[in-house]
Amino acid sequence: MPVTTIGATQVHVDSEGFLTDYDEWSEDLARQLAANIGIELTDAHLRVLRFLREDYKEQGETPTLRRVSTVAGIPVRELFTLFPGKPAKKMAYIAGLPKPVGCV
Amino acid sequence: MSTTQEEPAIIPDFGDAASEGRKLAIICSKGNLDMAYPGLILANAALGEGVQVDLFFTFWGFDIITKSRMGDLKFTMLGNTATHMPQGLGGLPGMTAVATHQMRRQIREVGVPDVPEFLEQITDSGGHLWACKMSADMMHLDLGDLYERVEGIISAADFIEKTEGAQLLFI
Repeated sequence: MPVTTIGATQVHVDSEGFLTDYDEWSEDLARQLAANIGIELTDAHLRVLRFLREDYKEQGETPTLRRVSTVAGIPVRELFTLFPGKPAKKMAYIAGLPKPVGCV
Repeated sequence: MSTTQEEPAIIPDFGDAASEGRKLAIICSKGNLDMAYPGLILANAALGEGVQVDLFFTFWGFDIITKSRMGDLKFTMLGNTATHMPQGLGGLPGMTAVATHQMRRQIREVGVPDVPEFLEQITDSGGHLWACKMSADMMHLDLGDLYERVEGIISAADFIEKTEGAQLLFI
């Protein structure tokens, strides 16, 4: 498992750079991860990330966009604005979680 | 003196540059419940990957975007050997209703929305819905009869022009 340095912190990641240890994540680290992919975190981003982390802890898998919109009540449109391009994967990366596996 | 070898930071490639300009055109020509979903699921998946998606609803696929029918698509066992049930069963009165009910439940159980809500999610994600002009003319329907997020009733040639360079799926 590769180890990489994000900011000043050493973390375990998979071959693509997604964190593999749930407990190595922090909101400070999230800011660095977001900066790595050109996103500056706001409270709106953090609200999504906190939901992702909580939901992952309860369900054991990363929620899809649909789940974030129906369970957390954050509209899909907003997710595309906050995490442009590939929102589900970008959200998972910044939240320190694996990529979502669900189809919808 | 010791040296430590620093691994370069591993940052995922979200392919932002590569997916920019990638387009997918999906032609939905079937109005059965089970034939509506593949197009919608693939459209949704592509949008989530940053791909521009245009859907064209034509012939029976028109039901997917017709207000009075979109929430009431049906599934029949008739002519579908993949249910692995005797074909005669599918023709019994009420079997289509039973099979439809069962499929809707299975779809709901995996967290997939019904058709109107799915179209809402697809358009919220930036997908474009187009209605086929010939189908509208044949069925005597106009934009007022269609789901409000359908952007227009256009000819096949218009759709082909709009989706120049797109990858194409015919369902």
